[in-house]
Amino acid sequence: MTTLRVALLHLRVGVMNDLQYRVNFALQVLQSILAVGVGLIVFQLVFSHTTNLNGWTHSELLAILGVQSVMAGVVHAVIQPNMMRLSEEVQDGKLDHALTKPVDAQMLISVRQVQLWQAVDIPIGAVIIGFALARLGGNVGVLDALAFAVALVFGAVLLYCFWLVLATGSFWIVRMWFLPELFEGIFQTGRFPVGIYPDWLRFGITFLVPIAFAITVPAEAVTSRLDWQTLLFAAVFTVVAFAFSRWFWRFGLRHYTGASA
Amino acid sequence: MTVTPATQELRKESRLRSLADFYVTTMRTEIQTQFQYRAATYMYLLGMVAEPIIYLVVWSTIADSSGGEVNGLTAGDFAAYYIVWTLVRTMNIVFTPYGWEWRIRNGELSGQLLRPLHPIHYDVAQFAGGKIPWLFYYLPIAVILTLVFEPTFDVRPAEIAVFAIAIWGAYLIRTFNQTALGLVCFWTTRVGALFSLYIVLELLLSGRLVPLTLMPDWVQTLAWFLPFRWTFYFPIETLVGDLTNAELLAGLGMQLFWTLVGIAMFSLVWRFAIRRYTAVGN
Repeated sequence: MTTLRVALLHLRVGVMNDLQYRVNFALQVLQSILAVGVGLIVFQLVFSHTTNLNGWTHSELLAILGVQSVMAGVVHAVIQPNMMRLSEEVQDGKLDHALTKPVDAQMLISVRQVQLWQAVDIPIGAVIIGFALARLGGNVGVLDALAFAVALVFGAVLLYCFWLVLATGSFWIVRMWFLPELFEGIFQTGRFPVGIYPDWLRFGITFLVPIAFAITVPAEAVTSRLDWQTLLFAAVFTVVAFAFSRWFWRFGLRHYTGASA
Repeated sequence: MTVTPATQELRKESRLRSLADFYVTTMRTEIQTQFQYRAATYMYLLGMVAEPIIYLVVWSTIADSSGGEVNGLTAGDFAAYYIVWTLVRTMNIVFTPYGWEWRIRNGELSGQLLRPLHPIHYDVAQFAGGKIPWLFYYLPIAVILTLVFEPTFDVRPAEIAVFAIAIWGAYLIRTFNQTALGLVCFWTTRVGALFSLYIVLELLLSGRLVPLTLMPDWVQTLAWFLPFRWTFYFPIETLVGDLTNAELLAGLGMQLFWTLVGIAMFSLVWRFAIRRYTAVGN
């Protein structure tokens, strides 16, 4: 309980800190709209040459774009800033400050940094999803909506686990400046259903980088394509990944030798 | 002291020679530096390669599902296009406006201004030097992509020769465009939105997103009047397309033109920008 309270408090401070910089909000909205705009233009180009992409229609792909945008918001607002800070502190030997606090260290290093304005991708994504559903016309059942919500949570947790494992790598490989570039590149694969990629790549963006679970599966849920086996599998995989990343984080910690004063 | 024309000539010559020396040394240093951080560079390149693979997979899927070709391009053609894309991209990665933002905000620029040469020389030389190790890193990636995606190539020696020059043209054009954009940081240190806009224009008008022939006609026409297409589409097409010798030479000419425009633009903005620079401490 205390752990949760501390986490919420940290997040609140982070939010308040960012609220001071209002101009950044406008700039971020502009950047998000540009990013989404490119996505829409790509779809326009694709569907000027074909009527469906590997069984997905234009509207269904819009739903994927929406989910990708929501997940991008989550990653950029909360996950990535914390993990990059972790990596930098390992490099500078400043992690001691977090480790000596009397709460769970993994929780603490996961909530210290918030980039609030990056979260504008979440409402933008939601609007796109809504638009896609309106165009699809079919009714989203209660079960579909529930599956969608659950799948989103699994996806977010999996992306967190992935980032934690990478950032924990800083205990061995000190220079990790390439992480955002690497992630951003791979994350863009999520703008299309994973089914279109060749097997080796599909395997990679399902199990090594959980793009399939984070984006395609929720999009399948909201477009009524998801079967319950896939969702169950996502649940099991999330639990396993979370346990593994926690173990790996602790394993990495043993390699940490502080260097601060 | 009076300066005779002869000594003036001498000074100019030694200045050029020392500039050349400077370039060689900086490039050599950067080559050695880049060879040190192999893992990091590889990861960076992997992130970069994801972008064309997405485009490639999407367009091959469409080609396969619509009778083997889109606008006359087969899956093999797309593979060739995007594999050459990765090489061109490796070569045209330059110092970004974010670099300028960091440099100015941290006062890093103060030290660079004290040196006897214009800071732009350091950037051009450093990134040019970095390209050589990057090419080494890139080779295995190219081999793997070729094996996996089976491109169809039909290349003439003249095309290879022009390509070897054109990738440096693309490098220079992007360098000066992005540096000119980076100089905006002298007025505001939030260049992100502006840079995003630049990248969007580049994606759509350079052939970075799709071969320009897949774009609507008016976009293709517009692209002719802008520098972007000479940084992606032209170098790629030298190897992938069927350009005549005249077209190849004309392309190089356009690259030269846009490089000069870039230098002129950069020099002009620099003159106004540098007056605004103030730094504290350091």
